[in-house]
Amino acid sequence: MSGTPHIDILRSPLGRARGLGSARSGSHHWWAQRVTAIALVPLTLWFIFSVIHLSGASHQTVIDWLSSPWTLAPMLALIIATFHHLQLGLQVVIEDYVHHEALKMALVLLFKGVSILLALICIVSVLKIGL
Amino acid sequence: MADVREALMVGRNSDGKLVRRPISPHLQVYRWPISMALSILHRASGVVLGVGTLLLTCWLVSAANATDDVFDNVQHFMGSFIGLMLLFGWSVALIFHFFSGIRHLVWDAGSGFDAPHYNTSGWAVAIATTVGTVLVWVVGLAVW
Repeated sequence: MSGTPHIDILRSPLGRARGLGSARSGSHHWWAQRVTAIALVPLTLWFIFSVIHLSGASHQTVIDWLSSPWTLAPMLALIIATFHHLQLGLQVVIEDYVHHEALKMALVLLFKGVSILLALICIVSVLKIGL
Repeated sequence: MADVREALMVGRNSDGKLVRRPISPHLQVYRWPISMALSILHRASGVVLGVGTLLLTCWLVSAANATDDVFDNVQHFMGSFIGLMLLFGWSVALIFHFFSGIRHLVWDAGSGFDAPHYNTSGWAVAIATTVGTVLVWVVGLAVW
């Protein structure tokens, strides 16, 4: 079919349809970072107000505060959104500044692991108080 | 002439007079535009907040402890000079990242890209951060 307008690209139609580049993950990382950012807008405001409210509070006051489902639920949401957002952000920073491929992957995995572990420690602590 | 590089730095001007050639300015001689400063600070504050999550973790773990001692120790440390400095740094980073992040979300939504706009929004972020931090600490210390 010579004469038909066409574009020469080394990319399969399936690859184009999936929208995945060489990173094989499409825009998921970018999108997840925005979604967690939007979630963190009200959650951060709530957290700042709560910390001010609790400044100098006794252990029992904090326990009572966290025992309410109305506190426990946003606290869990804050922890999950914060550490997810943190992990995504740190990954971009590492990818931008570390150019050695193996070291880059090691650091991304290390900070991913640390973020997940810290998130789990926070979640377990909060659930231990609230449940 | 010290070496060949030095020799290459000398030329003649239009009057035929020997002059030192002007060198290309390095990055640090430029005035920082507000957008450049805020962009770097957004990333830096994000990393600072990452370190700050250790503070949040310590606080929650101590609160989950059955006895009051650990929590009281953490609470006492937060109230000390070093603790208050850490909390202050954390609050500045959080409030800045919050407002700067909203600015980024507006860009992601597709608006505010042109020069007068991003300069105005940049200064708005700087002012909001200052006012927000002062407000949080005035109210916080009043409650405390």
